[in-house]
Amino acid sequence: MAYRWTNRLTRADATPRAMWMNRRALMAGTGALGLSALAGTARAEGMEPTSLEDISTYNNYYEFGTGKDDPARYASGMVTQPWTIKVDGLVDNPGDYALADLIDGLTVEERIYRFRCVEAWSMVVPWNGIELADVLNRVGVQSGARYVAFETDVQPEVMPGVQRRVIPFPYVEGLRIDEAMHPLTLLATGIWGQPMFNQNGAPIRVVVPWKYGFKSIKSIVRITLQEEMPPTTWNLLNAGEYGFYSNVNPTVDHPRWSQATDRPIGGGLFAGRVDTPMFNGYESEVASLYEGMDLRANY
Amino acid sequence: MTAQTINGWLRRLPAWPVYIMGAAWAGWLFWLAASGQLGAEPINRLEREYGQVAIKLIVLGLAVTPLRNLTKVSLLKFRRAIGVTAFGFVLAHFLVWVLLDVQSFARVWEEIVRRPYVTVGFAAFLLLIPLAVTSNNLSLRRLGAANWRRLHWLVYPAAILGGVHYLWIAKVLELEPLLWMAAILGLLALRINWAGVRQQLRFGQGQGDSPNRQDS
Repeated sequence: MAYRWTNRLTRADATPRAMWMNRRALMAGTGALGLSALAGTARAEGMEPTSLEDISTYNNYYEFGTGKDDPARYASGMVTQPWTIKVDGLVDNPGDYALADLIDGLTVEERIYRFRCVEAWSMVVPWNGIELADVLNRVGVQSGARYVAFETDVQPEVMPGVQRRVIPFPYVEGLRIDEAMHPLTLLATGIWGQPMFNQNGAPIRVVVPWKYGFKSIKSIVRITLQEEMPPTTWNLLNAGEYGFYSNVNPTVDHPRWSQATDRPIGGGLFAGRVDTPMFNGYESEVASLYEGMDLRANY
Repeated sequence: MTAQTINGWLRRLPAWPVYIMGAAWAGWLFWLAASGQLGAEPINRLEREYGQVAIKLIVLGLAVTPLRNLTKVSLLKFRRAIGVTAFGFVLAHFLVWVLLDVQSFARVWEEIVRRPYVTVGFAAFLLLIPLAVTSNNLSLRRLGAANWRRLHWLVYPAAILGGVHYLWIAKVLELEPLLWMAAILGLLALRINWAGVRQQLRFGQGQGDSPNRQDS
């Protein structure tokens, strides 16, 4: 079931990777290399990949602390090998799977997605991953399953945020089964063609590009298929501010700040904000999932 | 070392370097942000840096009187410079938000009206404007010491609003804004004449000395 979605912009279409690595070099070099037209298209679509440096040093991963640089600073101590994922609930083949066994033979694709944080900043991330649907089909989803629940690993001895209990752990998230099976939904194992960095959710994480970033749960150790809607961490913390769906929606503001615009990471001090598109730019792909739903009530 | 010796040294120091250091620090932060050395999100970071320096300077300014009362060490001479520099950072914080972050006056107004944390921050900014404007000897003479002091009492509500503003931005309760809020409240509590308050409560007298009268 791989290749169900095609990148609107691939790295091959755009700029050599060395250029992507340093955004400032890119800005300086576009004219000289005659790439300005391509870069322009990329910008217009809001699909210009963020530098690996920014992607790997500007993170929310509260297990390591609430500061944006805490994950990059502390995550190196995290143990990601061996990695076991418990698959349970309404599945035909439950069990504790070694990561390699769970994804062995499945197609790893590069997907260049916009990533929109609920805090109103955004990135464009070239993920490497497999469709979550492929893994779910492998373990066999039973007909009664309506939701998928995920859980992040907890390694207290190397996670300062866990020691300080900044929020309750383990971090938990969930998706409706049709969201989980959607072609856009990934289990990502890498970024920019490199194995996933610990601070970005190594060794394997969910990526749901049309939802706010906190839905894309990192470093998963458990996948549970179930009938009931699972609890989710930010909703448990503050239900008035963070709903189960948390679809990117510029017309429904966070109670404390506007979601109409976002600041693309990497633009520098004078870049300003851009308009946030509905469903983070994936409206044509996912709007049908929510037909007839009041998105203001189901935020 | 006695308080007198320290005060003797302090008397020999001029206050104007406080302004220079403040301006230099603000400029240095701006340069770091503009040259990509303040991380991946320089607009937000610069906004926060300026706001945090402002809060710290306001706390420092609020600490001058309790410090004198408790230790006899007097930084009174530097308080105006501390206060004006704090206002400078509040202004810089506001300008970064308006000009570099939101970049639209219509949206700026919408944010002030619709976002409570912006509303309280903006209110604190407004309260500080008359204080900054009257931070000169001419205003002090024109207003008279009593009126001037009454006007500058506004720094207390401004400090509390600033502390609330800082606390309110975070997604979860964070330690640092909590500590600064505690410092603000603690320094204000030190100004209250608790014996007088108790007496007023006991005798049910509504008027009487303002609890802040001892502070100048």
